[in-house]
Amino acid sequence: MATAEGYDPAVWRQLSEELALPGIHVPEQYGGAGFGMVELCIVTEEFGRALLCAPYFSAAVLAANAILYAGTEVQKSALLPEIAKGVRLATLAVTEPDGNWDPAGIKVVATPDSDGYRLDGVKSFVVDGHVAELLIVAARAPKTAGLEGLALFSLDANAGGVERRLLESMDPTRKIARIDFCGAHANLLGNLDDGAEPILRTLDRAAVALANEMVGGAQTMLDSAVNYAKLRVQFGRTIGSFQAIKHKLADMLLELELARSAAYYAAQAAAADDPEWPALASLAKAAASETYLHTAAECIQIHGGIGFTWDNDTHLWFKRAKSSEVFLGQPSYHRELLMQRWGV
Amino acid sequence: MSKVSEAEVRAEVREWLAANWDPDMSLVEWRGKLADSGWGMPQWPKEWYGRELPHALARVVEEEFANVGAVRAANSGVRLLAAATLLEHGSDLQKKKFLRRILTGEDTWCQFFSEPGSGSDLAGATTRADLKGDFWLINGQKVWTTSAHHADHGLLLARTDWDAPKHEGLSYFVINVKQPGVDVQPLKQMNGHASFNQVFFTDAKVPKENLVGRVGDGWKVAMTTLAHERRGADGLPAPSKRGTRVGRMHAEERAETEKANQPYKWYPQRAGRVDLIIDRAKETGANKDPYIRQEIARLVTLAKCAEWTARRARAAQQQGRPQGPEGSLGKLAASHVARACSRVHTLITGTEAMLTGRESPREGIIAEILVSVPAVSIAGGTDEIQRNIIAERVLELPKEPRFDTGPFRNVRQN
Repeated sequence: MATAEGYDPAVWRQLSEELALPGIHVPEQYGGAGFGMVELCIVTEEFGRALLCAPYFSAAVLAANAILYAGTEVQKSALLPEIAKGVRLATLAVTEPDGNWDPAGIKVVATPDSDGYRLDGVKSFVVDGHVAELLIVAARAPKTAGLEGLALFSLDANAGGVERRLLESMDPTRKIARIDFCGAHANLLGNLDDGAEPILRTLDRAAVALANEMVGGAQTMLDSAVNYAKLRVQFGRTIGSFQAIKHKLADMLLELELARSAAYYAAQAAAADDPEWPALASLAKAAASETYLHTAAECIQIHGGIGFTWDNDTHLWFKRAKSSEVFLGQPSYHRELLMQRWGV
Repeated sequence: MSKVSEAEVRAEVREWLAANWDPDMSLVEWRGKLADSGWGMPQWPKEWYGRELPHALARVVEEEFANVGAVRAANSGVRLLAAATLLEHGSDLQKKKFLRRILTGEDTWCQFFSEPGSGSDLAGATTRADLKGDFWLINGQKVWTTSAHHADHGLLLARTDWDAPKHEGLSYFVINVKQPGVDVQPLKQMNGHASFNQVFFTDAKVPKENLVGRVGDGWKVAMTTLAHERRGADGLPAPSKRGTRVGRMHAEERAETEKANQPYKWYPQRAGRVDLIIDRAKETGANKDPYIRQEIARLVTLAKCAEWTARRARAAQQQGRPQGPEGSLGKLAASHVARACSRVHTLITGTEAMLTGRESPREGIIAEILVSVPAVSIAGGTDEIQRNIIAERVLELPKEPRFDTGPFRNVRQN
């Protein structure tokens, strides 16, 4: 967390080589473990619980899913094994400096040229964009608008015409970068006919994985608050014996279990390719975002003064909760998506 | 007979039904046969109208009854709570006197536990029972008594020792409701319905032999009743699936069910009617308002999460896994859902939310939701008590310091 990279390469090697986690959901023919969304979400939940600092969400959740959705057989065989083995860091760049998560607002342009495409424009809020070696970029054909003309492109992050800058961000456990493209050479991922579909579904899968990650984090916040309430003595009693505190904790548990049900249900629905799963992804993202942030804020409150100090780790979870709340779209954005997806 | 197999039970019950089931018999006559044969309550002890079948085989019996559409033993109201309590704590005389008529439906039962002065704190009951000769004389007031106006017997929790600590001074009785010392009055609720009664006892008589358990065991016995109540969940009996069947007995059963369900007519509204929200939003055009869309999405998210959480609890139960915290959260979640529904129905309905009855949208259903929802967070344990239970049992937080120890006489009361 405290380094410029933002993660410990030794831990990353261990979880890649010994546990094969970056490819847990990648089919075996592309070098993965062959499991699915449910297993991926178990991993993100545990990483959220531990607040692991690792380029996992960027590589496994975002980049690998984008390639799985958009890539041709040849591309999947070429790109996925290295990601699955954790030997090549990758990420997905969708959002731009305006912070819009709706792909219809994408402005980065991909202009065809003799041996591929040239990318021009700016991406921002790119998770692990400063350390990724492979970039998957959502861009549009010249003179198109809305969901028309969108596609995904891949390129080497160190290619010419790519300028990356680590952003100063509130959450030190998940680093984000701005990436400027100035005629950078890129390859089309898949074909132009798929349009926005792979981008939308990748973001939906990411929302489900993030919801599970947030549930893990919220669990840590509840556990921490409960433990502290059992230890801390004021007025001659442990503070956990006051109804003001125990009712707060009961409400936190309720909120957590409700969000957990949504996150698990959405993971299962996505794994089963239930036609409703994109709507449920939005539902779970909105529910878990509010739960995580609220649980983290209440955890600070129950700790009292010490909860607001730098030395008490609660602020790290709070900051992850805050960044996760807006990452992939705020709760209000997802609630509106839910209404649209349910035809209301 | 040692262990019986599913096939044997199935064959036996089929044969018995083929020989005995006749929809033109009277309901009481048929249920008398059920009680005497043990097929009405096959999981009960053999000496008391049962066959001592394990629950899995009792379900087989139920299936066979359903297959031929045969009427089951009476099970409405609190009669089965009374039966379960008597089976565990009652004397042989009490079992003999009451159990058969519970199953035939000849007697109806009610429960005299809550009092105006002891709601959440049920053990603080101050209705008194004083032994005079062969009778206990009952004085005091009970409240929230469903069906007391047509009940024959009541399960009564009353104080017999004022010098013992709170929980140890209570005793448990069966009281005849139809006697001069028992005055049953309807209790009208804020939504206009009167689902419950308040009951005044003035020197009402309970014969000595109607004490259940020993003097001072009242709380322990009441816990048995409450445990069965929790297991069977709150109120609303399952709707009869035999609505279209013909025959004298089916008609009698329909009338019985209607009477038993009468107090619960407004319960769907009490839960908030999330099922109406999206249709109402579309029919009023409120679905075009971005603020209301947000609130609808918030509500539906909450309701879905509550539904899935309940499903997790059920799945754990069915798979025989120990329930996680999800098993204790349903009631509190339901309160949140109901309140959110009431709020969103108001948002959707707008100024018309001032109307009621036929003036109100959906023939008064919307108005009924708005004035029924406040019951959800109170009935069957307030939200605050639920939070205490969750905090103390699930999160294992320390209990509040107590102020009600020592002789009950000295404990502060309402």
